[in-house]
Amino acid sequence: MGAKSLFSHSMRIAQKDLHELSRNRLGLVMLIVMPLFMMLMVGFIYPSSGTTVSNLPIALVNEDSGYGNYTVASQAFVMGVQQINSQTGLMVLSNVSNVNDLKDMIQRGDLDGGIIIPSNFSACVMSGQQATIIIMTDQSNPQISTAIQSVLTSIFNQMGTMLAQLHVQMLNPAINGSNSLAIVQPYKVQTEGVVAGNSNYFDFVAPGILAMTVMMSVMTGLPAAISMEKEIGTMDGMMVAPINRLSIILGKTLGQTARGLLQGLIIMALAVGLFGVSIQGNILLVLGLLLLGVFSFVGLGVVITSFAKDQETAMMMMMTLMFPMMFLSGVFFPIQLMPWYMQDISKVLPLTYASDALRRVMVLGAGVPAIANDLIILIVFGAVMIAIAVPVFRKTMTR
Amino acid sequence: MLSDSTTLVSSDYTTESGSMIKVENLTKKFGDFVAVDDISFDVRKGEIFGLLGPNGAGKSTILRILSTLSSPTKGTAIIGGHDIVKNDTEVRKMIGIVSEKMIMYNRLTAKENLWFFGCLFGIPKDVLTKRIDELLELVQLTKWKDAQVGTFSTGMRQRVNVIRALLNMPQVLFLDEPTLGLDPQSSVEIREFIKKLNKENGTTIMITTHMMVDADLLCDRIAIVDHGKIVALDTSKNLKKLISGADTTVLKLEIANLVPKIIDSIRAIECVDAVSQEDDTHLRIIVHGDEAFDNVVDAVRAEDGKINAMENLQPTLEDVFLHITGHQVRDSADQKIPMGRHRRFEAPQGRAR
Ligand SMILES: Nc1ncnc2c1ncn2[C@@H]1O[C@H](COP(=O)(O)OP(=O)(O)OP(=O)(O)O)[C@@H](O)[C@H]1O
Ligand SMILES: [Mg+2]
Repeated sequence: MGAKSLFSHSMRIAQKDLHELSRNRLGLVMLIVMPLFMMLMVGFIYPSSGTTVSNLPIALVNEDSGYGNYTVASQAFVMGVQQINSQTGLMVLSNVSNVNDLKDMIQRGDLDGGIIIPSNFSACVMSGQQATIIIMTDQSNPQISTAIQSVLTSIFNQMGTMLAQLHVQMLNPAINGSNSLAIVQPYKVQTEGVVAGNSNYFDFVAPGILAMTVMMSVMTGLPAAISMEKEIGTMDGMMVAPINRLSIILGKTLGQTARGLLQGLIIMALAVGLFGVSIQGNILLVLGLLLLGVFSFVGLGVVITSFAKDQETAMMMMMTLMFPMMFLSGVFFPIQLMPWYMQDISKVLPLTYASDALRRVMVLGAGVPAIANDLIILIVFGAVMIAIAVPVFRKTMTR
Repeated sequence: MLSDSTTLVSSDYTTESGSMIKVENLTKKFGDFVAVDDISFDVRKGEIFGLLGPNGAGKSTILRILSTLSSPTKGTAIIGGHDIVKNDTEVRKMIGIVSEKMIMYNRLTAKENLWFFGCLFGIPKDVLTKRIDELLELVQLTKWKDAQVGTFSTGMRQRVNVIRALLNMPQVLFLDEPTLGLDPQSSVEIREFIKKLNKENGTTIMITTHMMVDADLLCDRIAIVDHGKIVALDTSKNLKKLISGADTTVLKLEIANLVPKIIDSIRAIECVDAVSQEDDTHLRIIVHGDEAFDNVVDAVRAEDGKINAMENLQPTLEDVFLHITGHQVRDSADQKIPMGRHRRFEAPQGRAR
């Protein structure tokens, strides 16, 4: 039995699987709904391009006791804040009389944060000292709290810069506006990406989700499909046919890969169409990478299939592997920000390399040479797993 | 029964001794549990050979090993000259199997199912098309060929399942409880079909069952399997002679106030071979010797049993089974009925089930 009949039998089995799938309405719907949900969740929960935080309920507490009787400094500050806010719509500002009330309201969740002008504010400003502004945040919500901090800090910095410029001009009227800015802020920081445009969190997760869905779909689909056939008994029908038993796994894998790629295409279409992700690299390279990702996972799926007696066990085993993989492979969260031992774990997961390579291609427009390392690791991983899987599968099939 | 286009290229594969299947010291262990215990037997070419035994006897396991679906722990078998372990691909080309679970995909139509499995056998497309049509016609399913098998009745499904096993025109057909779950009408149809296949195509058939009728009506020879061993192997007629030939009698007793104590005391009688309780009031007793009749009646009276009726029965295969193993075929299926303690043949005790 040559490679030709191995291939033709595999194709026959894959075709049969897809035929069955095409008759399964609910299955087909789920095939589309699952990635859709995934995209919607990630797409709408995480801020995507242009949509920054806005309308945050934030209170102002002015405790300024003045310099002498003058509270000009704090009044000017408040006006400045209100003016900037009216342009950006960042906050919904309200006034609260004291710090305790502010804390109360944050605890109750009425406010996301507060700006406190301490009692010595005017005194400091007027006597030529540094004045303090306190930003009070809601620690129970770190994301919002960080957002408020960074936004307010930049507003206050901006206001501080303007004030400093004014002071410089007052000291030497000969200096014009832009020069005074150069004195106060000698460096101007400008960020530029490898490709044009801004990337956002969604650009970061989309490739990872794509890699994950396709690979997971194959990895869960394969054991499910094989153990299902074992359970209902149809596996026996294939096993008594005079075909190479390899063509059974190969056929199942082909069928599941086709299903996984279909899902991948749906995700890509959604990412591009609904969430404005642009694919910078070659689309064929993206597809090729997805296939390679599947290849790297197939062995693992087959090993699990061989050991699991029934579908339920197979699913349990897959789930146990899937969860750490989802979180440790840098799909949702950059690996570089993990503690070192977690980084070490993530280094042995094929999904890490698949999503990394895919991200480089999709976001940065990288070509094959730039992702060569990832490619080699995926190929080696896949080949080793398959070398382990095939004998295991053969042995366990005729237990 | 099939047209020229599909008849076998009949080359004689049988071994020198004329047997189609030659089983040699076959053993199968699942962990420590011995499911098939060192069995050897021959099946002749063109024979219908039955494996009869209670649930868990090891019938399916034997069939699965012979059809290369499971590998033996020890021993082997030769089918049509090919070793099932060393030359499994050749064996698979000449066998067909109808296993316990129906081999078919519910979402595919009857025709699609047959087409898929046929393709795996490498049957040329035009031959396959023709053969599928013929086989469907043979079991009167032509009308339903394009309906998904998930919508079929159990009887229709089993017919599809059986013809699926015939796609490669096997010389040896393995059938595992082919009438299980079928109504009497469908059972008869399947039995007739098997008989016809055997007669007209000369197919060697090995069938497992725990239904006495199947074994009785169908099989040329019957092997009684219990606890992984073959405890008797002969024609149905000869097996029955084991009882009626000797001075063994089958009694049926109706006792109004049947209590366990009565059964125990009947069992204790020396000339009683086996006792099985059929329902609340009926006992089936296998006895030997001239005084047996009186002894049984005395024992029942001694326990204040009230005998309503007593019959002398023609032995059935069931009695043969009872006689040989000391328990009824269905005993192991539902353990409600007390097992016979009196055993002629020592069978392994305390099974790991
Ligand atoms: N894969 C397996 N793993 C462990 N034990 C098994 C396996 N297959 C069968 N057995 C055990 O082997 C014994 C024989 O099983 P088998 O299915 O051959 O019985 P059977 O005679 O076909 O019974 P039935 O009439 O119920 O079909 C049973 O006790 C069963 O529990
Ligand atoms: Mg069985």
